[in-house]
Amino acid sequence: MAKKGDIVIDIEKCKGCEVCLAACPNDVLAIGSEVNRKGYRYAVKVNSDCIGCANCAVVCPDAVITVYREKK
Amino acid sequence: MSENLITPENLVYKKTKSMTDRILHYCPGCGHGTAHRMLAEAIDELGIQGETIGVAPVGCSVLAYYYFDVDMQEAAHGRAPAVATGIKRVFPEKYVFTYQGDGDLAAIGTAETIHACNRGENILVVFINNGIYGMTGGQMAPTTLEGMKSSTSPRGRDVKTMGSPLKITEMIAQLPGTYFVTRQAVHTPANVRKTKRALKKALEYQKLNKGTCFVEIVANCPSGWKMTPVQSNKWMEENMFPFYPLGDIKVPEK
Ligand SMILES: Cc1ncc(C[n+]2csc(CCOP(=O)(O)OP(=O)(O)O)c2C)c(N)n1
Ligand code: SF4
Ligand code: SF4
Ligand code: SF4
Repeated sequence: MAKKGDIVIDIEKCKGCEVCLAACPNDVLAIGSEVNRKGYRYAVKVNSDCIGCANCAVVCPDAVITVYREKK
Repeated sequence: MSENLITPENLVYKKTKSMTDRILHYCPGCGHGTAHRMLAEAIDELGIQGETIGVAPVGCSVLAYYYFDVDMQEAAHGRAPAVATGIKRVFPEKYVFTYQGDGDLAAIGTAETIHACNRGENILVVFINNGIYGMTGGQMAPTTLEGMKSSTSPRGRDVKTMGSPLKITEMIAQLPGTYFVTRQAVHTPANVRKTKRALKKALEYQKLNKGTCFVEIVANCPSGWKMTPVQSNKWMEENMFPFYPLGDIKVPEK
């Protein structure tokens, strides 16, 4: 079974570009309805299926996402 | 989910230290940010943050010096390779790179680019090809595709009157002064990782003093192309990559 992961989204840096959405194998991300201080609707987690693959963080142009994955 | 995974031991990916914490001024989804981060990661993986000097261009990435936490110098439009030449000759033990758009590198800076590469300056040239002048409002660049609309080719680039798109990277690869020439992209996780490997290799080669390393990154300009970021990445795959195919163009002889 795949390891479990989790992400932290730095919402003030997010520009809601959606590039991370397409890169996630488990549809963990979506664009929420709230806006940040810059006026962008930012990315949010919508399920707990993250496997910590870091795809979202790697493609994010704005270095918004930090990724964690269980060790064993 | 019961257990908390967000602990230092479980950390697998965070912004690298050679990239500052400033919020990037780029448009949403713009490839410049990812390209910056990969170059910063390559620098950090080699542990050369204190030994690296970058030269910023004129174009959207004119403020690159805000985002790289390494010594940076600004150059006049197109002149980054000439400025980098001077820096590298004074500090031959430093790692020196330029970061330039296609208007900067392939239009106003064509002479500086070609002659620095022809002299085989031991620098890394990072070339962001988004087929347009992003900063000034989406005018046609030398790299604009045939038929591609821009604010100065509103009916599409007509090669009869406007010339053909310039494959400057292939031209550069012909010059004996270049050591490693490659074309990459940063729109999917796999491409991003490959770009980092190419940038890292290029910086490692700088130690050998064998000539110029040139890394083109085909990138999107959602604002200039008037598309959403996700649409622009798809358009790039369908239209830019056939004309600007990804992969190594010149690799060092074994
Ligand atoms: C000497 C000079 N000529 C013209 C300009 C106007 N100018 C600023 S940016 C730019 C084009 C930049 O395009 P590109 O290099 O493709 O970078 P991008 O903005 O797409 O990243 C031009 C023509 C200038 N700043 N200086
Ligand atoms: S790729 Fe980055 S900036 Fe874009 S929506 Fe995702 S987290 Fe936000
Ligand atoms: S780390 Fe992987 S699985 Fe988790 S949200 Fe990002 S892309 Fe999806
Ligand atoms: S204009 Fe184009 S190249 Fe410039 S920041 Fe916006 S999307 Fe990026």
